[in-house]
Amino acid sequence: MAPSFEQLDPETEYEDGEEEVDYSDLREQYEVRMEEGLDTFIVIDGLPRVPSGSKDKLVKFLLRKLTTVGKTKEESVYMPMDEAGDMTAGFAFVEYETPAQAAAAVKALHATPLDKKHTIAVNKLTDIERYGREGRIDETYKEPEIAPFEEKEHLRWWLGDQEGRDQFVMYRGDNVGVYWNEKDDQPEQVVDRMNWTESFVQWSPKGTYLTSMHTQGVQLWGGQNWSRQKRFMHPGVNLVDYSPDERYVTTWSHRPMQVEEGNPILSLEEDGKNYIIWDVATTKPLRSFVTLDVPGPTQDAEGNPTKQKIQWPAFKWSADAKYVARMTQGQGISVYELPGMNLMDKHSIKIDGIMDFEWSPTNPQRDNIREYEQLFCYWTPEMGSNPAKVGLMTVPTKEVVRTRNLFNVSDAKLHWQSESAFVCVKVDRHSKRNKNNISTNLEIFRVREKGVPVEVVDNLSGAVINFAWEPKGDRFILITAGEVPAGAAVPPKTAVSFFCPEKAKGTAVGNFKLIRTVDKKNNNAIHWSPTGRFAVVATVLSQQSFDLDFWDFDFEGEREETDKDLTANLQLVGTGDHYGITDIEWDPSGRYVATSASVWKHRMENGYHLYTFAGQTLREEPLEQFKQWAWRPRPERLLSKDEMKNVRKNLREYSKQFEELDQAKKSSANKAVVEYRRQQLEEWLAWRERVEAELVEERQELGLEEISEERAALLVADEGGEGQKVVEEIFEEILEESEEVIE
Amino acid sequence: MRPILLSGHERALTQVKFSKEGDLIFSVSKDHIPSAWYSANGERFGAYKGHQGALWTVDVDPTTTLLATGGADNTMRLWEVKTGRELKKWEFPTSIRRCEFSEDGRQLLGVTEKRTGQLSNVVVYDINPDPDAEQTDEESLRIVVEELPRVTVAGFSSLGRYIITGHDNGSVAQWDAKTGELLNEVYSHEDGMSVTDLQWSADRTYFITASKDKTAKLHDTQTLEVLKTYVADTPLNSAAICPSPTEYVILGGGQAAMDVTTTSARQGKFEARFYHKIFEEEIGRVRGHFGPLNYVAVSPDGKCYCSGGEDGYVRVHHFDPPYFDFKYEVEKEKQRELGF
Repeated sequence: MAPSFEQLDPETEYEDGEEEVDYSDLREQYEVRMEEGLDTFIVIDGLPRVPSGSKDKLVKFLLRKLTTVGKTKEESVYMPMDEAGDMTAGFAFVEYETPAQAAAAVKALHATPLDKKHTIAVNKLTDIERYGREGRIDETYKEPEIAPFEEKEHLRWWLGDQEGRDQFVMYRGDNVGVYWNEKDDQPEQVVDRMNWTESFVQWSPKGTYLTSMHTQGVQLWGGQNWSRQKRFMHPGVNLVDYSPDERYVTTWSHRPMQVEEGNPILSLEEDGKNYIIWDVATTKPLRSFVTLDVPGPTQDAEGNPTKQKIQWPAFKWSADAKYVARMTQGQGISVYELPGMNLMDKHSIKIDGIMDFEWSPTNPQRDNIREYEQLFCYWTPEMGSNPAKVGLMTVPTKEVVRTRNLFNVSDAKLHWQSESAFVCVKVDRHSKRNKNNISTNLEIFRVREKGVPVEVVDNLSGAVINFAWEPKGDRFILITAGEVPAGAAVPPKTAVSFFCPEKAKGTAVGNFKLIRTVDKKNNNAIHWSPTGRFAVVATVLSQQSFDLDFWDFDFEGEREETDKDLTANLQLVGTGDHYGITDIEWDPSGRYVATSASVWKHRMENGYHLYTFAGQTLREEPLEQFKQWAWRPRPERLLSKDEMKNVRKNLREYSKQFEELDQAKKSSANKAVVEYRRQQLEEWLAWRERVEAELVEERQELGLEEISEERAALLVADEGGEGQKVVEEIFEEILEESEEVIE
Repeated sequence: MRPILLSGHERALTQVKFSKEGDLIFSVSKDHIPSAWYSANGERFGAYKGHQGALWTVDVDPTTTLLATGGADNTMRLWEVKTGRELKKWEFPTSIRRCEFSEDGRQLLGVTEKRTGQLSNVVVYDINPDPDAEQTDEESLRIVVEELPRVTVAGFSSLGRYIITGHDNGSVAQWDAKTGELLNEVYSHEDGMSVTDLQWSADRTYFITASKDKTAKLHDTQTLEVLKTYVADTPLNSAAICPSPTEYVILGGGQAAMDVTTTSARQGKFEARFYHKIFEEEIGRVRGHFGPLNYVAVSPDGKCYCSGGEDGYVRVHHFDPPYFDFKYEVEKEKQRELGF
């Protein structure tokens, strides 16, 4: 059995070095006393009062209801008589076989009507004991005390930084630290704690909280003092996911939870579940779920159990966090409405064969549609004679907006553009004859346009292994890989292709056209700047190559004649190389790129590099036991479109100001460094002078020469050659050798 | 700075030393033959045959008359540099890890290895500088290191006043060279990280220690105070102080092959690293070895340095003019102040 919360020593397991987790307040509130043996009893109240003659009849009637949820018998029902002894007292005690049955009875039968007049109240005997004991309930109503208002820490304080710097968290060894990015200088530490987390750290989507993982659950930290803001108890938690607005959290554990009765936070409801969806504000669980196994063979060809892949996140949030949905592969999608977490329309949406779905990442704007709705995209494979299908469905109206039939599909991936203007379906097709010959084409749904037209991009050579939309833009990058010859030790060369729409009239978006393809690469990762325009195309997790290419889509320079109809001017602006690179992260402002080599993946040259958006190296810092780097996300910008435009228009003036500030900062920092060096030099020279003088004095006292014999040797050597030694070497070379025989 | 490769040894180098004039290099390796080389062109000057085990240590006296070597055949031997003649053999129960002449060449110390039943000893012999004279069998001092962990390195301070020892646990101790009394002890390196080298400044008033804890530290001989710390990213095997006028130190080390599963030259960090002695900042690196650097030594005239590697090579590098010209702004300022 998994250790219960009580058995775990909170000091050793749950400590973060400064304050231990203190559940004592909750403990007191929910004081737990297990009364052995009474768990199987329930108390039924609200029964009709009947004369003793009808008692048996009532008991039998009641039994019929009681046995629907568990096993009990007539002798186990005790229905006392009132004081006079001729009428039943209106309540009964019932013993079930197991505590679980008793619990089930409470759950199922509490507050069910017996007839028109009588509604029964079913409670556990232990609960009655606990809450209804003599003296526990005050007869007179007392106004609940409202605690005086306490000022909470400002959770978004870091956004007010004078210099507009970004923060990041770094996890190395046992330490988790948050730092200000100082470009090429040593990052300024904000906080550093030992054993802050047990497995990894994660920011909430808007950067408000830092999440730490522990065996007992998840903790959220924030504010200027990095105090604990929230905690969610989930024994054995492995992963955590936030809703986009940070109001809800999903926690998941590989092992089903084991909750014992009397747990202060989790109820029996959560027992045996893997997922809990929490309300962040109240830190109460909203609903819990078990993991759904993905259908498929549970054993591979050799009879070993296959590794079950879990879908993460399995619960996907709509952009407005009003809905959270989970797919049952092959059957349908269950959409739950927040904050109640009730199944929408009481039924799952049935979509036969469904393989995957994705919500639109922002509230979609469609032609002629004004009502509020959310949208998700899904696909189903070929089934019998039916073709594969991609569909778009609205929520809550459940209207299918668009479907498209596809043939010979072996796999499909759904890629939404960040503003929900497009959704690109990357379709891997196999040829009819040879199932291993995979080619890819893209089906791009123009969500905003009337009737949702679909544009097809094909003629891609090889299979597409990676695809990424420009955030807030309409351009994209994809990477294709050639076929691997059987038995080849090296991964195939890849080609990187860049696409953009053609120029079109007005605000319309033209057809997507290939800008350029760069082949004979090893790249496998695409990382767009969060603000668009710039992208890093890199090779990560590779043994042989570690290159980084920095691309600019709006290069301010000569444009090639062939590109004049395109809405991009592509240029490679920088390259980099980071040995053993495993991760790449853009900062939320799109100014810097951090690349890291994590000890989780390999042990060679762990650490991070920091680049500008154009690929200029700012910092390289090798760190032993380096594990994780994560920029702190920022909430959405508050500037209006016009204000942003205005900034862009006056960029020159702004940048002048910033450059001055940078300069000032640099020179003051430099001054400090120079001053420190000067001091070091002075101290050193003074120390040398003193020591040398002492030595000479001592030698004289001992009647020795001023310098030691070994140092004198050097002087002798020097005298010989007038200060400069000349070493002459004579080389003899045999030019010719001949043998003459003289008779 | 094109290196000269001295490829006469068949196994990993353990120590390399310059003669006090800087014209000869003496090297010992795990093969059994100490060698002498011309530092100017790398030509072999001679070899000293007689040892029957891996060699750990070598030193030469101030006049380059006598050479001392010690190794795993449990002997320390004295040779005539010029002729290769073995002058003396001292035998011990365990191997000799270090030997060093005092600055006047009148004393020689040896460090014996600690093994089961044998403690680390530091033994001192009085030396007669005349190669034809009979050398003594009688040690003038024996320090039995009982309370401190195993001695790894040792040396004579200026005026032969102290013996400084470095230990297996990262500590450094100061002993009276006359009485053998323990005077001072400091824990300058990380606990449990062995001190791997100890080299002197020209006048032996301060010294540098290298350690497996990836740092090298400059100590004051008198007080054992740590003056400077140089942080590297790899375990260090050796550290040397460049003589004036340059203010550099050279560190050498690298990940031992047994410590990593795959060691590429890049991964192993088999580079000689130059640090500014006063500002503790790294200035440059010299690559070339394809195994860890076991020893680095600087010529007493400061014009070249050499390194002995696990790969069996000695690399001699003669410095280019920019090496001597490089100065920090504050140093230039100081020079102007002093009227250069």
